[in-house]
Amino acid sequence: MEQLKTIGRELAMGSQGVWGSSKEFLELVKTIGEAKSKAEEERIVLAEIESLKRRIQEPDVPRKKMKEYIMRLVYVEMLGHDASFGYIHAVKMTHDDNLLLKRSGYLAVTLFLNEDHDLIILIINTIQKDLKSDNYLVCCAALTAVCRLINEETIPAVLPQIVELLNHQKELVRKKAVMALHRFFQRSPSTVSHLFPAFQERLCDRDPSVMSAVLCALYDMILVNVKPFKHLVASLVSILKQAVEHRLPKSYDYHRTPAPFVQIKLLKILALLGTGDKAASENMFNVLGDILKRSDSTSNIGNAILYECVRTLTSIYTNPRLLQNAAEITAKFLKSDSHNLKYMGIDALGRLIKITPECAENHQLAVIDCLEDPDDTLKRKTLDLLYKMTKANNVEVIVERMVEYIRNISDNHYKTEISSRVIELAERYAPSNQWFIQTMNQVFEIAGDLVPQKVAHDLMRLIAEGAGEEDEDADSHLRSSAVQAYLQILKEPKLPSILLQVISWVLGEYGIADGSHSAEFIIGKLCDIVATRPGDDKLKGYVVSAITKICAFEKAAGQTVDLIPECVSFIEELYASHSTDLQQRVYEFHAVLKLDRDTLASILPMDASCEDIEVDKDLSFLNSFVESALANGSRPYLSDNERRGMGAMTTLASNNDAGTSSLLRFQPYEKPSIPEPAAALVTASHYSQDAIDQHDIYSSAITVSTSSKAPESSSNDGTRLKLEGVQKKWGRPTYTPEAQVPKNPINISDSVKVSSSAAGKEASSRNSSAPPYTERKQPPQEISAEKKKLAASLFGSKAGDTKAKPAAKLQQNGTSKKAPAKPTSPPPPAPAPPPADLLDLSDSLPQTPSVDPVDQLADLISVDSSAATSTTSLVEQVFDAGKVATKGPSPQASLQKDAVSRQVGVTPSGGTNPDLFKDLFG
Amino acid sequence: MIDAVLVMNTQGKPRLAKFYKSLSPVKQQEIVRKVYSGLSSRAEHFCNFVEADEIFGARTKLVYKHFATLYFVFVIDSGESELGILDLIQVFVETLDSIFKNVCELDIVFNFNKVNTVLDEIVMGGQVVETNSTEIVKSVQEIFK
Repeated sequence: MEQLKTIGRELAMGSQGVWGSSKEFLELVKTIGEAKSKAEEERIVLAEIESLKRRIQEPDVPRKKMKEYIMRLVYVEMLGHDASFGYIHAVKMTHDDNLLLKRSGYLAVTLFLNEDHDLIILIINTIQKDLKSDNYLVCCAALTAVCRLINEETIPAVLPQIVELLNHQKELVRKKAVMALHRFFQRSPSTVSHLFPAFQERLCDRDPSVMSAVLCALYDMILVNVKPFKHLVASLVSILKQAVEHRLPKSYDYHRTPAPFVQIKLLKILALLGTGDKAASENMFNVLGDILKRSDSTSNIGNAILYECVRTLTSIYTNPRLLQNAAEITAKFLKSDSHNLKYMGIDALGRLIKITPECAENHQLAVIDCLEDPDDTLKRKTLDLLYKMTKANNVEVIVERMVEYIRNISDNHYKTEISSRVIELAERYAPSNQWFIQTMNQVFEIAGDLVPQKVAHDLMRLIAEGAGEEDEDADSHLRSSAVQAYLQILKEPKLPSILLQVISWVLGEYGIADGSHSAEFIIGKLCDIVATRPGDDKLKGYVVSAITKICAFEKAAGQTVDLIPECVSFIEELYASHSTDLQQRVYEFHAVLKLDRDTLASILPMDASCEDIEVDKDLSFLNSFVESALANGSRPYLSDNERRGMGAMTTLASNNDAGTSSLLRFQPYEKPSIPEPAAALVTASHYSQDAIDQHDIYSSAITVSTSSKAPESSSNDGTRLKLEGVQKKWGRPTYTPEAQVPKNPINISDSVKVSSSAAGKEASSRNSSAPPYTERKQPPQEISAEKKKLAASLFGSKAGDTKAKPAAKLQQNGTSKKAPAKPTSPPPPAPAPPPADLLDLSDSLPQTPSVDPVDQLADLISVDSSAATSTTSLVEQVFDAGKVATKGPSPQASLQKDAVSRQVGVTPSGGTNPDLFKDLFG
Repeated sequence: MIDAVLVMNTQGKPRLAKFYKSLSPVKQQEIVRKVYSGLSSRAEHFCNFVEADEIFGARTKLVYKHFATLYFVFVIDSGESELGILDLIQVFVETLDSIFKNVCELDIVFNFNKVNTVLDEIVMGGQVVETNSTEIVKSVQEIFK
């Protein structure tokens, strides 16, 4: 009866639009389409939502009408509005017996809900029921929904039914069941790992479409782990062979190409299986050759197969003959007019040059064309290729190209990515420091705050350290040119903070070093820097320190410094800064100004930012102090754990000193001897000048802060603060084996606090609680030796091994010119093959591991360019020099050659060189 | 794998948006916007691929085709062939054409349900299940019989 009523109402409604939807929906779409503004559209959609909300909740909405409402909700949500009030109705619709309504319900649910939505639980039951349905269309609908709605937790609820469906009589159902299981594998591989055999069985399904579905799953599984599927190579190759030879049913053809999608998937799988596996690869050579021969290069899909084939050939064990064919196909792609094929060509070339670097030469023009193309995708892909083929001899041109590219894009994502590549290439292949600094400046200028801080620190270190050779002249030239460059850059508006930091540091350190700029001028510039970015505290810190250094240098040189008014007001302002760091820096600044000349020269020496800071671990400068303290009746120092570990012993031992230790000492401690600046790791916050020599405090405080301003000291191996001993001394339960002599209990931190009597008390009370020093030192020493042994056996290396690391790291500092090509020297044809394959040279490219293939390439190219016309002399020179630099026997010689080549590069003698690619390719 | 299939008109209005990864509605809207702004500036002869690392994560690409007032966009990862997907879009459109007889934008708007069914027959859970246009038409007609 109820049903009859509904049918009646539906008939009465009868006002269906042309497209089977109601007029209202038509009207809605039309008004939205005609909406003149976003706001108007918003208004229309909101009104629609209101009316749907009302209507959907009416009792007894006819099912067909409900379906339309739900479709309208889907539409509304697609436009970006919330339709969650209707979700439950979509869920209800999946329970419907009518297939179309059920499908609509499933469709809406898959679009509305993601797999973790609460309502999913209401659908599981329906899905389970539908999977068992006799109607295969219902099964299919449920399987489609399963792909979207089932999450890891609910997989077990439906898994058995789906496995059963693998043997369903309809191939459509089998196919979709495979897909659903594949989806489960993506979600949670462990749930279906026991089904691998079932998958492989489906590979031999009598219907090829099921087989092709299995291929998709297989690809993902092999991607995760190749091993369990190695045995499939032969069968996959035979499937591919059948496909290529047109032995699959005609219905798999696409534009007369036999089963192209199956071919592509198989090629992708074979690429994975053949990687580094000679035996497997040899199985494939035949069929791959066949594909290259048969594929039709005039249709899009034919080219898709050809490209995939090239890709496979470049991943599997190499076959010179087929690679030759692959190179020809790549050439064809590159020469094509179609941007799509060019794109694929560039990609293929990128893969080819990993194996045969020399093939890039043939395509110089095509590559340049792509680089200049207005199509951004193509350009980016080409930059990608250039990045892969960067060598010492072409780094300048490529980096220039990249910098030019990032200058013109606004997309931060790519800006970050490409600038990090520029930095990487510059660090690896920089022909000279000068160039490196220039490049970095450009990157900072363009990408600014997208660049990581570390790069700025590396740059400062490079400027400070120079070439790393003992050539002071070159270094100071480098610095003054850096100063010059920065003064130039400062004229531009809106520089990023990170670049300004670098500039401040360099100006502070070297601004007046070569005498061409006065201190007033530099300080003025520094004040200008601050004025451009008023809220930047970090930058202010850099600037204050820079000003401090300049004033100190000037005074140390015997000149008087008159601070310009801007500077004075800037400093005054900072006394009241919210940042305690800034306050501290200005206080230091004032204290420094009061110091005499000699002190200044020793605490802020000129050009000493990369001198090693010698830390006197034993605090030997305190020895005399210790001795006199001991003579005055103090007790020798015991480390913390000794003190604790010997609780039992104290009763006996403490008798000796009971008299002294129980008494407080009221006479002041002796004045400490002058500590070496470096040794003082005192926090710089002690300003109690009354009790201690002013000189000491400031030397320590300033040294600490300068070292923090010169970040190179923290990251470089050699110049790091040597904290080990000191830390152990003051850290809680550690123990320093080297400390043979008991250290003075009143160590530096005490000596600084000496003015306050509380500190004195504390020190002496520490003494009193401390048990006397005995020879109980031995046990801990043994432990540490044991620990070392354990560590060595656990990690399989000795402590000494760690030394290898810094050396490797040093190579990346931009100063590494000695072996620039090494890091990217092309991998052996088969990446990571089993050793036996590597040794077997019988059937592959001649492998000469002893000769660097890059050098070979370099030789090849240089021959080419010398054969070219005289207009390319510039290139030749640059290139030859570059080559020598790569292979130079002594670093010194290569450096000289390098300088020559730089000069040539900077002041070109001949006419302008129109052939860009000559630069690129030699 | 195919991460998403989008159909939008040349004004940037989505006509079909199917995601094969779980994404919040807000994120989906954002993606539709970004994809549109990425495509609308491209000239006709440019290549049909756009790298979409920023929108969809590393190594993803948009493969798109422009028909009359509509963009058909497939978002794929490195497991799919770009050129192959281009032909798959062709299959999709050919199928729609034979189902709706000269398909136009309004057909897609009003037959949301049917268009989704067609797509479900071609792509399932992010994988291509069927590439033959006649087969797809057959199974869709079976469903709507």
